[in-house]
Amino acid sequence: MAETTTSSSQRSTPTATRPVRSSRSLPTRRNRIRYWTVVGILAVLAAGFGFGLLAWDNPMPIGSEGFWRIAEMRSTNLVVMAVVAICQSIATVSFQTVTNNRIITPSIMGFEALYVAVQTAGVYFIGAAGVVALQGLPQFTLQIVVMVGFAMVLYGWLLSGKYANLQVMLLIGIVIGGGLASVSTFMQRLLTPSEFDVLAARLFGNIANADSSYLPVAIPLCLVASGLLLASSRRLNIVALGRDASTGLGLDHRRETIRVLLLVSILMAVSTALIGPMTFLGFLVATLAYQFADTHDHRYVLPLSALTCFVVLSGAYFVMRNIFYAQGVVSIIIEMVGGVVFLIVILRKGRL
Amino acid sequence: MITLTGVRKDYNSDVVIGPVDLKIPKGGVTALVGPNGAGKSTLLTMAGRLLGLDSGVIEIAGYDVARTDSKDLAKIVSILRQENHFVTRLTVRQLVAFGRFPHSKGRLTADDEEVVSRAIDFLGLGDLEDRYLDQLSGGQRQRAYVAMVLSQDTEYILLDEPLNNLDMRHSVQMMQHLRRAAEELERTIVIVLHDINFAGHYADRICAVKDGAAVEFGTPDEILTDEVLTRVFDTPVTVIEGPKGPLAVYY
Amino acid sequence: MAAVTRTPRARNKGRLFDGKLLVGIAVVGALLVLSLFVGVYDVFGAEDGDEMFAITRIPRTIALVLAGAAMAMSGLVMQLLTQNRFVEPTTTGTTEWAGLGLLTVMLLVPGASLTTRMVGAVVAAFIGTMVFFLFLRRVTLRSSLIVPIIGIMLGAVVSSVSTFVALQTDMLQNLGVWFAGSFTSVLRGQYEMLWIVALVAVAVFLIADRFTVAGLGEEISTNVGLNYNRIILVGTGLIAIATGVVTVVVGNLPFLGLIVPNVVSMFRGDDLRSNLPWVCLLGVGIVTVCDLIGRTVIMPFEVPVSLVLGIVGAVVFVLLLLRQRRRG
Repeated sequence: MAETTTSSSQRSTPTATRPVRSSRSLPTRRNRIRYWTVVGILAVLAAGFGFGLLAWDNPMPIGSEGFWRIAEMRSTNLVVMAVVAICQSIATVSFQTVTNNRIITPSIMGFEALYVAVQTAGVYFIGAAGVVALQGLPQFTLQIVVMVGFAMVLYGWLLSGKYANLQVMLLIGIVIGGGLASVSTFMQRLLTPSEFDVLAARLFGNIANADSSYLPVAIPLCLVASGLLLASSRRLNIVALGRDASTGLGLDHRRETIRVLLLVSILMAVSTALIGPMTFLGFLVATLAYQFADTHDHRYVLPLSALTCFVVLSGAYFVMRNIFYAQGVVSIIIEMVGGVVFLIVILRKGRL
Repeated sequence: MITLTGVRKDYNSDVVIGPVDLKIPKGGVTALVGPNGAGKSTLLTMAGRLLGLDSGVIEIAGYDVARTDSKDLAKIVSILRQENHFVTRLTVRQLVAFGRFPHSKGRLTADDEEVVSRAIDFLGLGDLEDRYLDQLSGGQRQRAYVAMVLSQDTEYILLDEPLNNLDMRHSVQMMQHLRRAAEELERTIVIVLHDINFAGHYADRICAVKDGAAVEFGTPDEILTDEVLTRVFDTPVTVIEGPKGPLAVYY
Repeated sequence: MAAVTRTPRARNKGRLFDGKLLVGIAVVGALLVLSLFVGVYDVFGAEDGDEMFAITRIPRTIALVLAGAAMAMSGLVMQLLTQNRFVEPTTTGTTEWAGLGLLTVMLLVPGASLTTRMVGAVVAAFIGTMVFFLFLRRVTLRSSLIVPIIGIMLGAVVSSVSTFVALQTDMLQNLGVWFAGSFTSVLRGQYEMLWIVALVAVAVFLIADRFTVAGLGEEISTNVGLNYNRIILVGTGLIAIATGVVTVVVGNLPFLGLIVPNVVSMFRGDDLRSNLPWVCLLGVGIVTVCDLIGRTVIMPFEVPVSLVLGIVGAVVFVLLLLRQRRRG
């Protein structure tokens, strides 16, 4: 944000003559057209990439029985992408709102460090079979429970009581994550190269890490948590004004914060346990979504961010798989793009 | 009526606010004045339930602020702090409309829109209502926040140094707006002020706060005397008769 | 943590040396002597004991002194320049940049000499620290706690680039080995470069006061006649050299620069001048203790000092944060 304009000569700006004065979130016709155009373009892109991922290189003629069988196998990936897209985007936008900070992402809160530690410990103690031992619905569910439990302990400890301070909580989450990461690094050093190779595949977010058997747990969790967040859009709009203003407006700020953070932790845990760590994906799409939506209102920003996230994920996969034949590095490319955007944003931003 | 009974806040062994006993009657503008660090803002934020008390009771219109549901309180009292986190891509009108949240829970009715329009017009922000907050000057933004508090439509309004960062002209305008709100809209306004002369001219009552205690309470005529001000501010003050009432001279 | 608990609580201002400092030196000295004689290899019994002693133990101990002091000092300089207690090379991304520099050199110049690798790491650390300072100058911050949060995210960006490069070139596991700080491989003939950081420590001693002034901002520095930009450059240069060299020779020493200056000022107040020797001493003491723990806890194997520091540092950091929280 550059310096704000302060000249008083601008006071008498001619306002467009509007018959009805209204406080809606997209005040002018131009805003509305813009928003729905963006939604339209993104929807077309999402459908295009989605269909492309199902049909491209499908050896069977479109419409034949064989075509659908292959498409069905590939469609699991699409569903996983949709789940991850919803989880990451809704979680990040909500998280940024309750922390009043547009340049952080919930994934730094120790979820990923915990995931990496669990995976590394599996290989360290059981060997290459450890990765396999950690797969399966019960293990998947257990990982989610552990991550959400970790988050709940952290919030319960640091966000209640007299000295509750959100930023201290954030930093403590990050530092605990850092401590876990150094334990993981140590265990990784002691692995044989072949064991390490097995593990390495799990250390980066990859759609292929997801197993379709996880979906019956992942989908409901994702839908319920993101649905609850969407339903609290109006309250999130108030929370964005900060603690004092929202308390003044009668919102129980602390309760709302803890509630949102719990839902965020569920979403992040689902996404991380499903496909692995994705640090900057959420940040990238939240930044894009705010640019695209051009409004503060979460009712518009949240769905748009989920759509954006799906387009980014499916587009990246489509391009990397069918043009560069480098499917394995998709998440890392997204991470790097997100990281660069992060750099640009922090160097341009005026106040935090 | 705002009643503070034995209100205390302990920061550490050196800094203690209270115990404060104070009754601020309904109606008009009451100004809290006093030296820096005396505890004016602390008292105000405690009354606005943004800060918890360590002991004592604060009641506004008979409601204990520590016990009453925050949602219900938001229909009786509104508070505005000095520093506000401002959201990007939020227009003035959208901000003011947030004041209706305690009543509408975010679903604005035609009546709500009407209240919002009136608050905007009251503060002369009609031309600016579609501007984004980050396109405004400090004074305009300050007025927008005051408009939000007005549209909250509460009997009691608490303002923490609303003249901060405002120049002479905007300070005077702001005080005139608040005066009118007290008279025409019959609101009870409690305001923390730095400038004793602003308090003397625009307030109906002045409460002097010093070292965490309410040491004086009375009409401007009672407070604006050499003796009281010299004692409160710990510096020689002479009150002279100005063209528009008493003036404290302290330099 | 013997060095910490025995640190005197007195607040003698001004004087650089006093009796308590001598006690501190004696304690750290004793730790260093202990470090000389701890290890799997029996330096007294074996025939070539003397030689092994000279090849491994002495270099290792010297490296502990140099690296500990240098990283503690870098942390102090960063905290002075930013006036923020939670800043140090690990929480600003500097370490990650040094790692990226090292990796780049390894890829571009296979079999690069130690000097070349060091130059790469130092240059990258310099760039990274400048990026961080640039960020700090361009934003208005509502809370000092945001700074380390952004810094750690910045570090995550850089390390994701490193990870990508390493993954593409099959060096991922090596990457972990390089970055994990460890004094295991410190041998005669390989650690001498570390003496460079001794110069950094001396330089900090000489110009620490100016860093304090620069930390108050460009206007105040200019007002008292200091060239702000030059001091920032010098400070960044010193931090980059210390971090780069230590990263290449020893590896990452997480949180050291953060906990040492904070613990010292907790016990002694904020008098910079008389705190400086304590910062050095405590830095050396903590690294030595962590290294001793690392060497003995799973004998005959070694735990890298970065792991011990990572855990100890994280705990101390959390305690510092909780203290800050209580103060509001």
